[in-house]
Amino acid sequence: MATSEIVNLTTVKRDSTFVDHLSPDGRLLRRCIQCGTCTASCPAAPAMELSPRRMWRMVQLGMEEEVLRSKTMWLCSLCYQCQVRCPRGIPLTETITRLKEMALKRQMAASRESAAFYRAFTAVVRRYGRMREVEFMVRYFLQGNPLSAFGFAGLGLTLMSRGKVHPEMPKLGGRGRFDKLFERVAELEGQR
Amino acid sequence: MTRKYLFYPGCSQDSSALEYKVSTLAVLEALGAEVKELQDWTCCGASAASVMSDLLGLVLPARNLALAEQSREGWDVLTVCSACYTNFRRTMEAAADPTTLATINQALDVEGVTYHGQAVARHVMDVLANDFTVEEVTALVKRPLTGLTVAPYYGCQTVRPYSPFDDDQRPTSMIAVLEALGATVHNHNREASCCGTSLLTTKPELGVKMTSSVLEACEPADCVATVCPMCHMNLDSYQGKVSQELGREVRIPILFLPQLMGLAFGLPESAMMFKRHVVSVKPVLERLTEAKAA
Repeated sequence: MATSEIVNLTTVKRDSTFVDHLSPDGRLLRRCIQCGTCTASCPAAPAMELSPRRMWRMVQLGMEEEVLRSKTMWLCSLCYQCQVRCPRGIPLTETITRLKEMALKRQMAASRESAAFYRAFTAVVRRYGRMREVEFMVRYFLQGNPLSAFGFAGLGLTLMSRGKVHPEMPKLGGRGRFDKLFERVAELEGQR
Repeated sequence: MTRKYLFYPGCSQDSSALEYKVSTLAVLEALGAEVKELQDWTCCGASAASVMSDLLGLVLPARNLALAEQSREGWDVLTVCSACYTNFRRTMEAAADPTTLATINQALDVEGVTYHGQAVARHVMDVLANDFTVEEVTALVKRPLTGLTVAPYYGCQTVRPYSPFDDDQRPTSMIAVLEALGATVHNHNREASCCGTSLLTTKPELGVKMTSSVLEACEPADCVATVCPMCHMNLDSYQGKVSQELGREVRIPILFLPQLMGLAFGLPESAMMFKRHVVSVKPVLERLTEAKAA
């Protein structure tokens, strides 16, 4: 869906409870007055298929499928400009994180590549309790788009020569440092 | 009064941004602060954990805050990374809701710690600008940064959205510190713009544009001063790609604010570790030597 496209609300599938699922503050989106400050403040807006203002209107209207099917939320770099400038006090940036979570859990096709990044990061944290940058990057490129790794090979070597990154042997087998904690969190999330 | 801090390094401080940790600790020592590393600290979850799960994004920072509370000294938690800082402050705010705090603690039970929502996390920018007077900083300057023009760069999460210590649109904390060191401040309007963060990896075309716009604004200066390891990584190591994007060579040294303080305090090179930078810091050192001779 392009930013300029007109939506026929009588034919599009809508779920009016969409905002309520964007916990904890999604329902605050009902306050949105469509002023467009979010779009004007967003450094990624020109590259988005849906502008932030349009996306929030679609969320308000319950157009869950269309929103989650886009890549828009994955272009958010968490700069928080839209959130601090929103004249209605809506925590927009935090709510984008909830959209990402939803798209990831629903395994949306457009989210696959970005999801690989977040999955790889948390897998490393679960395993060791702390980040290991090299293993994270290897896991990401293997899960996501292995060919894109070539674009970063030169940079990787430069960083290694400066002692900025150092490969460590991955630990295979055995329990991860945070297995128990992650399992407990998943259990509690299921109850919420 | 001795100022005391529990230092939470965060993952990047033992690898890609080791020079940030080393220079911060050296500068705080010179300023007479007492600093202890938080024992058994773990990852704050960065920007990834809360995407995987809202609760996980609170539990990972809360574990570290709980450890800080357990240490019983009641010292502020000092963080040098703006992403860690944002996660800690977000967790502190979320803990004000008793139901959320209870759920966090149900999860932390498996780690054998309890979070009470009392530990206070602070950014090194806040500490350096507000816990020490300009006179205290000036008194330590042995080699003033006279003749050096520095572009302050705060990035986003240092000042947004949870920062209580500076303006979230036009931050100013760094100015007095840089001037106390004898540097000239280059005013520009990208000081709190986004560096591109992980977009440089996941959406490189967009990420490089964001990095470029920051570097372009800073370019008239001799160097940039940053207070975030992520911003530093992007601004320092992507200048090749930025040059391609802008169609001309861009080359400007990116220094952590504590490294600049270390330079002015006359601390040894081992406290600054300039050799780890991708863009050489040499022009900055030469500029200072020239200024001294003149």
